[in-house]
Amino acid sequence: MSQAPDALKGYKGHAREKLQGWGVRVWSDVCVVNDAGSRFEGVILPRSETLDDQHIVIKMKNGYNVGVQVDRVREIREVGYKEAIYKIPEKEFPTNPALRKVTLLGTGGTIASRLDYRTGAVIPAFTPGELYGAVPELADIANLTTKKLFGVFSENMAREQYIALARAIGDEIRGGADGIVIGHGTDTMGHTAAVLSFMVQDSPVPIVIVGSQRSSDRPSSDAALNLIHAVRAAAYGDIAEVQICMFGPTSDRFGLLHRGTRCRKMHSSYRSTFRTVGDIPLCQVSRDSFVYLNRDYLKRDPTRQVKIDAVYDDRVTILYYYPGMTPDLVDALVEKGYRGIVIAGTGLGHVNKPLYPALKHAIQSGVHVVMCVQTLWGYVQMYVYDTGRDLLDLGIVPLENMLPETALMKLSWVLAHTDQREEVKCMMRQPINHEVTEREPHNGYLIMQGGLPETEAYIAAHWK
Amino acid sequence: MDYAEVGLIAGLEVHQQLFTEKKMFCHCPAGRYVKSHDGSVLRHMRPTLSELGEYDGTALMEFKTKKNIIYLLNEQNVCTYEMDDTPPFLVNQQAIDVAIEQCLMLNCDIVDEVHIARKQYLDGSIPTGFQRTAIVGVNGKLPFSGREITVLQVSVEEDSCREVSDQGHLIVWRTDRLGMPLIETVTGPDLRTPDEVAEAILLVGRVCRSTGHVRVGIGASRQDVNVSVRGGHRVEIKGVPQAWWARKLVHGEAVRQVNLLRLRGHLAERGFKSGDDIQIRHAEVTNLFAQSELTILRAASFEHFCKDERRRPGFELGNGPFCARAVRLKGLAGTLSFPTQPDLTFAHELSGRVRVVAGLDQQPILFHSEKWPDYRGSLDELKRVRKRLRCEEGDAVVLVWGPTEDTLTAAEEIRLRYVDAIRGVPAETRQPFRDGHTDFERILPGPDRMYPDTDSQPTPVTRERVELLRAGLAMRPWEREQRYSAAGVPTAITHYLIRRGGANLVDHVVTQGADVKQACFLFGERLKFLRRAGVAVDRIPLERWCEYFASLATTPLLRQAWQQIVRALATTPELTVTAVVDQLGLGTPPRDWRDHIAAAVKPALSDAYSLDAERLGRLLMGRVMPELRGKVDVEEIKAALKREIERALKR
Repeated sequence: MSQAPDALKGYKGHAREKLQGWGVRVWSDVCVVNDAGSRFEGVILPRSETLDDQHIVIKMKNGYNVGVQVDRVREIREVGYKEAIYKIPEKEFPTNPALRKVTLLGTGGTIASRLDYRTGAVIPAFTPGELYGAVPELADIANLTTKKLFGVFSENMAREQYIALARAIGDEIRGGADGIVIGHGTDTMGHTAAVLSFMVQDSPVPIVIVGSQRSSDRPSSDAALNLIHAVRAAAYGDIAEVQICMFGPTSDRFGLLHRGTRCRKMHSSYRSTFRTVGDIPLCQVSRDSFVYLNRDYLKRDPTRQVKIDAVYDDRVTILYYYPGMTPDLVDALVEKGYRGIVIAGTGLGHVNKPLYPALKHAIQSGVHVVMCVQTLWGYVQMYVYDTGRDLLDLGIVPLENMLPETALMKLSWVLAHTDQREEVKCMMRQPINHEVTEREPHNGYLIMQGGLPETEAYIAAHWK
Repeated sequence: MDYAEVGLIAGLEVHQQLFTEKKMFCHCPAGRYVKSHDGSVLRHMRPTLSELGEYDGTALMEFKTKKNIIYLLNEQNVCTYEMDDTPPFLVNQQAIDVAIEQCLMLNCDIVDEVHIARKQYLDGSIPTGFQRTAIVGVNGKLPFSGREITVLQVSVEEDSCREVSDQGHLIVWRTDRLGMPLIETVTGPDLRTPDEVAEAILLVGRVCRSTGHVRVGIGASRQDVNVSVRGGHRVEIKGVPQAWWARKLVHGEAVRQVNLLRLRGHLAERGFKSGDDIQIRHAEVTNLFAQSELTILRAASFEHFCKDERRRPGFELGNGPFCARAVRLKGLAGTLSFPTQPDLTFAHELSGRVRVVAGLDQQPILFHSEKWPDYRGSLDELKRVRKRLRCEEGDAVVLVWGPTEDTLTAAEEIRLRYVDAIRGVPAETRQPFRDGHTDFERILPGPDRMYPDTDSQPTPVTRERVELLRAGLAMRPWEREQRYSAAGVPTAITHYLIRRGGANLVDHVVTQGADVKQACFLFGERLKFLRRAGVAVDRIPLERWCEYFASLATTPLLRQAWQQIVRALATTPELTVTAVVDQLGLGTPPRDWRDHIAAAVKPALSDAYSLDAERLGRLLMGRVMPELRGKVDVEEIKAALKREIERALKR
């Protein structure tokens, strides 16, 4: 990954040749005059690699950026050099013996971030000092230690990271942390929460995964408040499970603690994107209170010994069923050596008949096939219709109300333990932490329909 | 005041909303305003770093204010973009086009690649905490009373929220205006007097209007005026609603800066040369006023105030119990009553900071030793305060009250304002008032609040696009003025036509053969009166006006019946002018028109005061014209009347 720093970062082709010819580089403080006599005074910025090779980008003295067409430049003069060092002021995190110890494990994501000039996108940044500089309130909550495990976007989290993360959690807990916070990108936060629920069992302390929907380079970011909530939940919360801590409403009001196996990202950009599906959240957390909503959870108990079982087989996939799906898709998965298939079936857990022979063949070839519902809410019920019964006869394992992503994570974990059909079935159907629940409370499914007078009355009276 | 002597310079930032169908970064309808809301969001803002790694001073100040921010939403005009729950969509190209037109009007150099930036605002006026903005043109010029004003840049940006209320720590914003596209035209610091500033505002306004693609009406254009004097500092007077306000405001700011510079000298003479020389001590004095006749300082009255104003803990109200806090300003006696703006003193500078930054906004915000209120026991109480603070003779005292934490912030702000006074004129954004005074709004933001928008791609502006827009460009205001005044049209009418959009109508009908002066008078003068009288003249489509001027060319006498025709067109805009003329029986003399005149003369003879032929003629003209206007030529009517009157008088 490491390369010699490029003095013309992001510039290519024509623009690059011009810059070389002029003897200026990125971060040169220049004075440019173009063919219309317009002067542009400022710093040459790196250019995004996806843009054309016709322009140079100048950050002008008033803070605006403009692109100047290189062929229109009549005069360019370097008057200085001003490399931008984007750094959140780093201060030593103060410790207070009266406060509890929390370890923040960094995986990446936008909980703390900075700008990447190469792509023009936001990339993560992470040190305790920076965090303290950005969110000084944290020092009043807990004594924070941070460990950067990796810096990846959440879509790049996979087997290797899951295993490393679970082990690191084990180390921190055994090292005496009163709680663990994991900074994580939100896209696959639900997946990580699910797999950690299986890999880290009987935790004595809370394990809280947190991120942000608006990157922390924005004044309106939810990052700081999410972090404050998460560190509080880790230090003082009573729930010793893997949980996700993100905004409850989109307003800056409170966070919700969601159980790791029952939680899902439900909107691509809203702050209040995470929802507990098929149940109610564990707890409401604010700057100064915890309101426990769900009484059925594993309580904090420092004497309990954590069990780390960090194994994972990534030859498992989800098949999101759609009308007209053809059997060759299933055949291809078998041929490519996949060991497990989670079907997100329609309705109560169905696929069409032409798929049966392929599924039968898959199961006979040793592939483990399980069934979830793509409706997300509700149970698999394969006895209602003949099609369901036929599928059961084929050996497909119904997973009740387990979320498809949770099932994927669990099957990947289970298949790293055993290949025995009955054992797999038993492990998959035996809940470890509420990934299957016996009952669905009636308020576990609430998607208010906008436009109805009663909904409008509700949203007019409450914070969104 | 001799403005040249004090070295007054001023420049403008003129904001003008664009007439687009949709908003700038989402697909909400633009220009749909409401008074109600059906949802609300509560947020807070935090400062972030600029890409060069620095915090912006304004951002830090606004963070200190600890504002709770509420956004009122209405599904009719906002989506999840405005509430910052959805990233921006692609920038509205119609808006970029209008900005390019504005640039071309101002002879700007269009930038080759438009980069969208984020300009931080932590006052909550934009839910993201920043305004998306981009420079479209630079290096323009504007002819202005015999010289040129430079145009530094023209940018296109999204409009902010409208403020509903601002009480203590809670500010409430309505989001309907948020995201509407606008252009900002920034002039160089080329203006030298308050009058010039007012004139230049009107001129830039005319340029904007000339594009024909901007919104009009209240709030559609707003200007910031930048003012400084020699040795002072740029101060931005934000959101001047009308040009004439600028005269008093600019004068007032010049006076203020000159006075602040005098104060700096005065402080230096007294030995205050660096920030460290300002020493304050403050103490809680709540109990000294527990029984005071200055009842505002009693805890109970503050409770009443909070109840009456519905100040809720966690929203409007700051933290901590009620506190009256006295601040000792060592060696600064006399400075609080030092003049600043006309009729105001330096204490007003302090109260502005206290109100905005500490959120203490109960009038009169503060009391001070140089204008202590007069009530029974007032001198004793002030003495006791001075004693509590161990004041010496040369010390001044300021007193603030409210929630404890806020009073602490206030004490620190007072110190900071004095530190600024040692340096002279602080860089501020100030809020204008109708009477010409201004008050502190925030610290003037610098370049550190700018940040590239990582959600948007830069867009190259092709030469083809610019040339296409140039080809369709309307006339520049000064070109119009020249042309119209050559045809004998007064400047006031020309300006009115440009401002109200009538100029484009004039140009159009003129290309169809209409007379410039006639068209200008019709659209710039006559229609104004009909519009005021409630006639829906704006319903009349362009083609009718073309027909109207064409029919004048063939039948000049119709001109006399212009009002009848326009009124009829406004009621039935679907009818052609020929149809309207036919319906009204205009254009041809009625067969019996001479009999009609003869019949009118006899009764006139009996009710006229005088039998003078000329007077009778005028009286009778008034009586017969309503019937004959536009049907018979006036000169013919006059002649016929004259004959009939002479004949009757002979009898």
